[in-house]
Amino acid sequence: MPINITMPALSPTMEEGNLAKWLVKEGDTVSAGDVIAEIETDKATMEVEAVDEGTVGKIVVEAGTEGVKVNDLIAVLLEDGEDASAIDTSGGAAPAAPSPSPAPAADAGAKEVIPVGAEAATDPIPAPKAADGGRIFASPLARRLAQINGLDLKALSGSGPHGRIVKKDIEAAVAAGTGKAAAAPAAAEAPKAAAAPAAGPSSDQVLKLFEEGSYELVPHDGMRKTIAKRLTESKQTIPHFYVSVDCQLDALLALRSQLNGAAATDKDGKPAYKLSVNDMTIKALALALRDVPDANVSWTDDNMVKHKHADVGVAVSIPGGLITPIVRRAEEKPLSVISNEMKDMGARAKSKKLQPQEYQGGTTAVSNMGMMGVKNFSAVVNPPHATILAVGAGEQRPIVKDGALAIATVMTVTLSTDHRCVDGALGAELLAAFKGYIENPMSMLV
Amino acid sequence: MADTNYDVIIIGSGPGGYVTAIRAAQLGLKTAIVEREHLGGICLNWGCIPTKALLRSAEMMDHANHAKSFGLKLEGKMTADVKDVVARSRGVSARLNGGVGFLMKKNKIDVIWGEAKLTKPGEIVVGKPSKPAVEPQHPAPKGTKGEGTYTAKNIIVATGARPRALPGIKPDGKLIWTYFEAMKPEKMPKSMVVMGSGAIGIEFASFYLSMGVDVTVVELMPNVMPVEDDEISKFARKMLEKRGMKIITEAKVSKVDKAADSITAHVETKDGKVQQITADRLISAVGVQGNIENLGLEKLGVKTDRGCIVIDGYGKTNVPGLYAIGDVAGPPMLAHKAEHEGVVCIEKIAGLPNVHPMDKGKIPGCTYCSPQVASVGLTEAKAKEQGRDIRVGRYQFNANGKAIALGEDTGMIKVIFDKKSGELLGAHMVGAEVTELIQGFVVAMNLETTEEDLMHTIFPHPTLSEMMKESVLDAYGRVLNA
Repeated sequence: MPINITMPALSPTMEEGNLAKWLVKEGDTVSAGDVIAEIETDKATMEVEAVDEGTVGKIVVEAGTEGVKVNDLIAVLLEDGEDASAIDTSGGAAPAAPSPSPAPAADAGAKEVIPVGAEAATDPIPAPKAADGGRIFASPLARRLAQINGLDLKALSGSGPHGRIVKKDIEAAVAAGTGKAAAAPAAAEAPKAAAAPAAGPSSDQVLKLFEEGSYELVPHDGMRKTIAKRLTESKQTIPHFYVSVDCQLDALLALRSQLNGAAATDKDGKPAYKLSVNDMTIKALALALRDVPDANVSWTDDNMVKHKHADVGVAVSIPGGLITPIVRRAEEKPLSVISNEMKDMGARAKSKKLQPQEYQGGTTAVSNMGMMGVKNFSAVVNPPHATILAVGAGEQRPIVKDGALAIATVMTVTLSTDHRCVDGALGAELLAAFKGYIENPMSMLV
Repeated sequence: MADTNYDVIIIGSGPGGYVTAIRAAQLGLKTAIVEREHLGGICLNWGCIPTKALLRSAEMMDHANHAKSFGLKLEGKMTADVKDVVARSRGVSARLNGGVGFLMKKNKIDVIWGEAKLTKPGEIVVGKPSKPAVEPQHPAPKGTKGEGTYTAKNIIVATGARPRALPGIKPDGKLIWTYFEAMKPEKMPKSMVVMGSGAIGIEFASFYLSMGVDVTVVELMPNVMPVEDDEISKFARKMLEKRGMKIITEAKVSKVDKAADSITAHVETKDGKVQQITADRLISAVGVQGNIENLGLEKLGVKTDRGCIVIDGYGKTNVPGLYAIGDVAGPPMLAHKAEHEGVVCIEKIAGLPNVHPMDKGKIPGCTYCSPQVASVGLTEAKAKEQGRDIRVGRYQFNANGKAIALGEDTGMIKVIFDKKSGELLGAHMVGAEVTELIQGFVVAMNLETTEEDLMHTIFPHPTLSEMMKESVLDAYGRVLNA
C-alpha cells in the first residue's frame, strides 16, 4: 500500500508551515532516515526525514507552498513493486502512515530529535545523562518514545521503581505538552520561561563529532557549572550594550608612585599599603557610580533596585575558573583600605577560602585583563549587577595633544550594561565620570 | 477478653487473601484472616494446584504411551488407578494447605475460623458457614480464633468465586459436574461432554482424554480458549483434535437429559441444528462468578457490578475502610492477579510511596492442557482493533533443537510489536512447557523493553526459550534458524 507522507507538526502549537524545499524528486528511492524536505515555520527551518523506505511516487505539495496545514498530504511513497497508479491522493488527511518526524536542520544548532525508529532496530539509543552527569533511569521503551516525540528525558520525572521514567510518564508529558527537547519547536515557550536556559546539544551529540580516544573527559566541578549556568543565563536574559572609552593614565601612574612612596613602613620595613592601578580603577568606578546614581542599579521584573552604595565586584582568576570578591561601599573607602582588602580577598580567593557573603551580591564589577596585555574586550554582565567594566592594558600610544602628536599611557575600558536598566546615554555618562577620576586622580583623594 | 481489634482483617484465605495478609504483616500491620473452609482457597484446594497434579499424571501416561518412540519398551499396558491419581492430587493440595497455615503462624497472622459478615463499617461478625464445605476437607489448622465480633480499620474482601451454572443445566454433583467433582472422580467415566473451553474446561478435557475417556468439548465461541490469539487457538485445537478430542465450536448445550448413569446433551450449533450426544458425565465449565452473597455488602451499600465488587485501582470500594481484591473484585479471575491486587491494596493502605494500580494489560495467562497455552498482552486482533501498526513474528517448535530432542516438536511462539516504537504488545505460545516460558516476555513487557533489548539478550542453548528470541528476530526479518 502506498505510504502517505503528511505535513509534520514541528511543535505542539504548529498548525501550518511552508514547504520550503524538496530534497527528493518523484522516482527517487529513499530509505528511512533520509532527509526528504525542508519545512519552514516562523521559528525555524526543519528537515523532514522519511520513516519508511520506498520510491517517491508523487509530490503533492510543490516546493515553496506556504501555509500547508499540519497532516495535509504532501507526498506519497511507493513500496516495492507498486506503481504510481496505486496512489490515491483524495484522502489527504488520513493518517495512513505516521507523519515523518521532523529533525531540526543542523544550522539551527539545536538539539536533534531524529527518531531512530523501530524500523532500523540496530541503532541503540544511548542512555541519557542527568544534568549532574548521573544516569537517567528510563525504560528502553520510554527512551524510544521520548525520542520519537522529541522529549528531553532530563525534563521529566519518573513514576516507576526508584524514579525510573516509564512509558506512562512519556504519555503524560506528551498529553501535557511538557518536557519538549530544546529544539526549535520549544523556542516558542522560551520567553515565558525566561529563567530556564535552553539546553545546548547533548554530551553524546558533541562527543559524536570527535574521534574516540582523541580527547579526555574532565567532569565539571561546581564552580564550572555555576559559571556556565550564570553566564548562559546572563547572555540569554540580559540585553547587553557596550560603551568604550580611552583613558590617559600618566597622571594616575604618577600619583600612584607618589602615594606608594609615601606609605609608612612597619618595623619589618613592609609598607602599610601598595596601590595597584586596579585598586584605583575600583575606586574610580565606585565614585563614578556615586556621581551617577541612576547607573548604580539592579533589574528585577517588578522594580528598579537603586543601590545606595557602590559595592564593586572584582573578577579574580583562579585555577579552574574565576570568582568575584566584592569591595563593599568602595566609594567611601580610602584607596589603601581598598588595596589591602583586595590583597586579602584575592589571596583567599585563590585558595578558595572566601565566604559566600564576600562574593555574592554587589552592584557592579571590574574585570581587568590589562596585566595580560589585552588591549580591549567586552565582559558579560554578572547579574544582579547592571554594569561591568572591562579594563585593558595601559600602554604608550601616540595621542594628539594641542594639535600635535604626543605620547601618553592610555588604557581602553569597555562598559557592558544591562540595557533594561542602564541605557546607552546613562552608560556613557557613567563612563565619562569614570574617565574623569582616572585622568584627574587627585579627585579620588578628596 | 481476647483482643479482637486489628489494623486489617482479610476475608478469605485464597491466594489473594493469604498473600495480602503476609504482606500486611511484613508492613507491621496487626493482621487477621477469616476462612470458612480451607486455607489457600480454591486455588490450592480445588483449582490451580490439584489440577496440575492430575495433569502431571496425565502427562506421565502420555509419555508412557509414547515410550516406544524414545526407544523404551514397556512390558504390558500402562493403566491408571483413579483412586491413586486422585489421592496424589489431594496429597499435593494438603501439603500446600498446611503450608499456608505455617505461613500464617510464621507471620503472626491470626486465623479466624468461620464465615464473616460485615455488620457495620470496620466490623465483622464471624459465625458458622452458611454452606457445607466441599469434601474431602483438609482439617482446620490449630490455634485459630473462633466465632465472634472483630473490628479493624481496614477490611479486605477476598472471598473469591465459584462455578457459574447455566439455567436448566444445574450441576448435581453426580451426572453434571463442576470442577469440584471433576477433581475427584471415583471411577473413570467412559465418555464425557465438557461445556466450555476456557482454561478450566479444556484442562479437564485434556486430563480425561489422556486417561482414555472419550471427550467432546462444546464451545459457544468460534475458537477454543476464546481469549487467546486466534492463530494460537486454532493451532491448539488442531493438536487437541489430533489427540482425539472432539471439539464443537459456535455451539451451545441447550438441554441435558439425565438417565440413571449417563446424560444426553442437546448440542445446538450456530445454524440451528441440534445433535444429541450421550455420555457418562457432563462437566459444566462455563465460567465462575464472584462470591458476594451473605457478606452483608447490601447493608453497607457496597457497589457491585455483574456479580463483582466495584473497586478503584487500589482495591478501594465505595465504602471507606472497605476493600476488595481478587476474583470477587472482577476479572480476569486468576490467582496471580489476585495476589498482585492484594499487595497493591495493602501497600496503599500502609501508605507506601510509589504504589501503582495493576496494569491489567500485563497479566499473563497459562492453560495446562496438552499442548500448553500461554500468553500475555494484546492478541493480534486486539492490537489491530486498537489501530496499532504492528509487526508480528512467529517461530515454530519444529525448528528448535531442544524441542526436537524432547520429542515435542509441535507448537509455536508468536510475538506482536508496535511497529513505530518497538513496544512488545503481546506474546502468545502453544506447545510443551510454554507456561514456563511466558514469564520471560512478561518481565520484558514490565521493564518496557523494546525489540532491541530482546535481540541483545542472550538466550541459553539448547533451550525452548531460544524460540522466544527467534520469534522476535522473525518480527524484524532477522530470524536465524528457519
